[in-house]
Amino acid sequence: MSDHLPETTHDGHPPVVVDEPIPDPGLPAHEWRPTDVDPKAERRAERQVAGLFGLAVVGSILFVVSYVVFQVGDDPDLIGNLGASNVALGLCLALVLLAMGAGMIQWARKLMGDQEIVEMRHPAASSQEDREAAVAILQTGLEESGLGRRPLIRNSLLAAGGVLGILPIVMLADLGPLPGDKLYHTIWDLDTWTPEMQAWWQTQNRTLQRVVRDVVGTPIKVTDLEIGDLVNAEPEVIFATDPETKQPIVEGTDLLIAKSKAAVVLHRMVPSDIVSEQTLNWSVAGIVCYSKICTHVGCPISLNERTTHHLLCPCHQSTFDLADSGRVVFGPAARPLPQLELTVDDDGYLAAKQDFNEPVGPSFWERG
Amino acid sequence: MSLDTSKIADTNRDTPATTKKPNKAGAVAGWADDRLSLGTLTKVFARKVFPDHWSFMLGEIALWSFVVLLLTGTFLTFWFVPSMSESTYEGSYTQLRGVPMSDAYASTLHISFDIRGGLLMRQMHHWAAMLFIAAMFVHLMRTFVTGAFRKPRELNWIVGSMLLLLGILEGFAGYSLPDDLLSGTGLRIADGLIKATPVVGTYMSFLIFGGEFPGDVIIPRLYILHVLLIPGLILALIGLHMTLLVFHKHTQWAGPGRTERNVVGFPMLPVYAAKAGGFFFMVFGVTALMGALLSINPIWKYGPYDPSKVTAGSQPDWYMGIAEGLLRIMPNWETHIWGVTISWNVLIPGQIAPFLLFGMIIGWPFLEQWVTGDKREHHLLQRPRNAPTRTAFLAAMVTVYGLLWAAGGNDILATHFHWSLNSITYFMRAAIFIIPPIVFYITRRWCIALQRADNDRLLHGYETGIIMRSPEGGYTERHLPISEASAYTLTARQRDQIHEVESEVDENGVAAPGGRVDRVRAKLSRGMYADNVQKPTAEELEEARHHAEHEHELESGLDHPAAGHEFDDHNLRDVDDIPLRHP
Amino acid sequence: MRLLNRPLGRLSRHRRGPVAGLLVVLMGLLLTGGLYAAFSPASAHENDSAAQIEKGRKLFLVGCSFCHGLNGQGVKTEDGNQLGPPLAGVGAAAVDFQVGTGRMPAQQPGPQIPQKETSYTQDEIDALAAYVASLGPGPAVPDEAEYNIDNMTDEQRQEAITRGGEIFLTNCTACHNFEGAGGAMPHGGYAPNLRGVEPKYIFEAMLTGPQAMDKFSNGNLSVDEKRDIVAYLQSLDDNPDYGGFGMGGIGPVSEGMFAWIVGIGSLVGVATWIAAHTARSSKQKAES
Repeated sequence: MSDHLPETTHDGHPPVVVDEPIPDPGLPAHEWRPTDVDPKAERRAERQVAGLFGLAVVGSILFVVSYVVFQVGDDPDLIGNLGASNVALGLCLALVLLAMGAGMIQWARKLMGDQEIVEMRHPAASSQEDREAAVAILQTGLEESGLGRRPLIRNSLLAAGGVLGILPIVMLADLGPLPGDKLYHTIWDLDTWTPEMQAWWQTQNRTLQRVVRDVVGTPIKVTDLEIGDLVNAEPEVIFATDPETKQPIVEGTDLLIAKSKAAVVLHRMVPSDIVSEQTLNWSVAGIVCYSKICTHVGCPISLNERTTHHLLCPCHQSTFDLADSGRVVFGPAARPLPQLELTVDDDGYLAAKQDFNEPVGPSFWERG
Repeated sequence: MSLDTSKIADTNRDTPATTKKPNKAGAVAGWADDRLSLGTLTKVFARKVFPDHWSFMLGEIALWSFVVLLLTGTFLTFWFVPSMSESTYEGSYTQLRGVPMSDAYASTLHISFDIRGGLLMRQMHHWAAMLFIAAMFVHLMRTFVTGAFRKPRELNWIVGSMLLLLGILEGFAGYSLPDDLLSGTGLRIADGLIKATPVVGTYMSFLIFGGEFPGDVIIPRLYILHVLLIPGLILALIGLHMTLLVFHKHTQWAGPGRTERNVVGFPMLPVYAAKAGGFFFMVFGVTALMGALLSINPIWKYGPYDPSKVTAGSQPDWYMGIAEGLLRIMPNWETHIWGVTISWNVLIPGQIAPFLLFGMIIGWPFLEQWVTGDKREHHLLQRPRNAPTRTAFLAAMVTVYGLLWAAGGNDILATHFHWSLNSITYFMRAAIFIIPPIVFYITRRWCIALQRADNDRLLHGYETGIIMRSPEGGYTERHLPISEASAYTLTARQRDQIHEVESEVDENGVAAPGGRVDRVRAKLSRGMYADNVQKPTAEELEEARHHAEHEHELESGLDHPAAGHEFDDHNLRDVDDIPLRHP
Repeated sequence: MRLLNRPLGRLSRHRRGPVAGLLVVLMGLLLTGGLYAAFSPASAHENDSAAQIEKGRKLFLVGCSFCHGLNGQGVKTEDGNQLGPPLAGVGAAAVDFQVGTGRMPAQQPGPQIPQKETSYTQDEIDALAAYVASLGPGPAVPDEAEYNIDNMTDEQRQEAITRGGEIFLTNCTACHNFEGAGGAMPHGGYAPNLRGVEPKYIFEAMLTGPQAMDKFSNGNLSVDEKRDIVAYLQSLDDNPDYGGFGMGGIGPVSEGMFAWIVGIGSLVGVATWIAAHTARSSKQKAES
């Protein structure tokens, strides 16, 4: 085959030569399209393209009309049962764009010149002379800088560069505080409370923190719950309000952090269903209390099967046995669900005896 | 100082510096060319040739959906408030009025319900993101299966892989921004993955979240990554990707006149510009259509994030499905040793496997090059059947991906097909190891069978569907030779060469250095190429031609249109159209 | 008709005068009507109730006793599996839910008894409920006033829906999904779709914890809270699909499928059209 490619590239590898048992017949002759030879077809194609562009104009006008006509928000207009504004704007926009696109493509396919043209390739490598010249230039640069002859400068520069690289990493240290022992305690532990929370606690004149219903924050009596009841619950301090200002004491980010560790589920079962001793000891009249945070990667879990007392995580399907110390019965979680020791306070409400005795949530390196 | 301006030369050549301006446009072009050398650039690039094939436009879908992302995303930034400060919602969506929520969530509701077209832009942005990554995947598969990553394009392959990785990160960051229940759950899982990192996990988690999860800084931080850093990187890499594409020139399919040394197709101007421009509008339009009619990420139904709430069907966007599936089917292995915890159940699916898979993607071109020892430039694409092992490998990987995505949606499968959740998980744990090898084997044999079929067509012609009865009463199907162009196309490929171990020992009788590595290479080479069917040689073709001519002579008398044979394909053709290939 | 027959039977034939007769008839009517109103309902209800329980028992023996035992004590199979659980204490609400939604009588035992066309009339269901309620104290069928929000002011209703949404997202979405579309449970169980289910049945399900579902008794979630959940679910039905078709309301999995099938599918189609060869003519251009 004749070509103007060199026989080898610099690393000694020749360009591919396909061993062809059949010689290349060469590009086939160009054939004309109907639009090239038939003026009628040409005019038809022209009208199609112009029609599509015209459609785009119509779509744009309809878009503006829809924008003005249809309400969003409080009392939206509807098409079918769909939001009218979204559907109308979207369909008009789609009409504009699809008509534009189709018009351009049709134009290119039918009317623009369709002679294929040939371009020759060149090897990606630069020519031998250029490569040699480049090496020479670099050599000169190296020599003129004296980088090779002055190791002191070179090494100290490397050291400076290396040290410079450390600085941004150091500066990132203030991205957040160090973990400390935060992961080991939750807001169930009264010792972790802020002064405001402590002050509120003084007004309550009690020693045990109650387990209260999530969302509404009401305390729970044993008699409130029937066998088979499941309660999504929280520590009561989360719903505490300042007696004077009526403002919540725990709010914003602190609230989310507290909830992300302290959320629990209560489940009442027939006491004879309980398997493990710890579960029995830490329960009240068949009511058990577990962390709601999965020990796998921390999703909240509350898919309980009343009949089996199996609690399932909707994220990755780890399943825990509430009757047996939160033992893992299925799924990727490795550790049992931490149980909270329940008791009843002086007024007969369910309360936590103490914080969880292990970190809740996903595993981490130093938790042992 | 006075200066006689008439004496100053207004030209440094023999033509006047000021020429007559033919028209306004020409004037502007001339002005720009004087400063930018646009003429030369236009000369070089405007007639650049791009070969035409549908599979060459898959990357374009990704490019154009990225443009859609930039446009719609900019619109969204006008109203989105990347803040986790809490306020009580008082906007238009009545079901959430009075609920405390972050500004990020509230502003997303504001965009959806109080800005005309806001919901459309949000949905288009999300759909375009799904399309962006999906298109990158199909583009990657096309490039892989046709061998378009071979020298000199390995670097562009790596750039493309990086784009995919960045695209996925960008998608995850965007998914997390509205601070709804699903995005918060996604972040919670990410936090779990980070915490599982050996030694530094908790520190990384506290640094990233600015304290304990969820903290109040993660959304502003992800926001700046999502709108500035990652898109900037993506844009830069797209620039590099395209520059390399233009520099290397596009690959093409083999065919008459289409060789390793040229590229045949339509010029950039006007045809390709019109087609590509048109395609941009089509991608934009399809996104608009989806945004108009298909509800995506209805965050108002999920509610604001609350670490104590969760919903059934908590899934990430599809491209994270592989990680989700791995997390779900992983057995619960955890090591407690010397007072530390190593969570294999999170580490393997969350950190090790993704990088392993990604490493395989990046590494394949280099592995293949090492095994074949082929360091030549390749510009003609391989048909998938002509690289059976590679095609089979891709099919197996796609199967892995599909299985893991299915495993990531096992709860959806369970409810929709009434299967047991637990059984699906057990099935997937085994399937992930059993099914891909089966797919690999089948695909490989299938490719090889197709190679054989190609050779049959070359040597014996195509099946005409005409059944001939011989005087003895035997029946045969009549074959006619394929056209010269098709025959050439089928043979325009290289023969595979199997690497042999040169010598176990060197000339001194000592075990050759690197002998073990060389043996591995030879073994891989045999495994990958030994079963392939090679194209026929010129002699074989010649022999087949003689045979066919002979047969043709025998049958020549039968070529007259006979009753019942009027519609036989070959009778409708000119004699020239059914040539026996004359050398 | 009883009301008219009885007074007529007491009327003396010896009274004279049409007007007097009429008066007497009227007085008698009033008196006996009043007496009836004062005493009869209680006793009639008692009779009714006893009759109803008896009717329910008969229905029970035919349709339910095979699994639940002749006296609703439950039946265990030989290998110790529970065929049908004991029914003492499940209450009328449980029966009204299970039979009213067609779950009971079950076609066959399984991980979960699916909903189907109900095979009893409401009268029969009431009778069954009365019988099962007589076996032991349990939650009664809720009064419509307990879950109806029609009588509220707009503001109250708004508040109820918002609160209901929060309670729903806390207690229900984990199994039933954010749209109430349902979700998977272990070993082939599932949380059913809540959309389009009558408010009464939603309320009863929370009250009684059917099958593997947890109970949300009135001590757990108050009647008002349950009403709010029902109100929220109703509001989901009333709400338009603002963003377009919901694709099953199952979140990102179906979204991903649509991105591939509709999005990538149609765009590959467009790419094929762009690159496809156009029709060719055998004619040559005139000038060439």
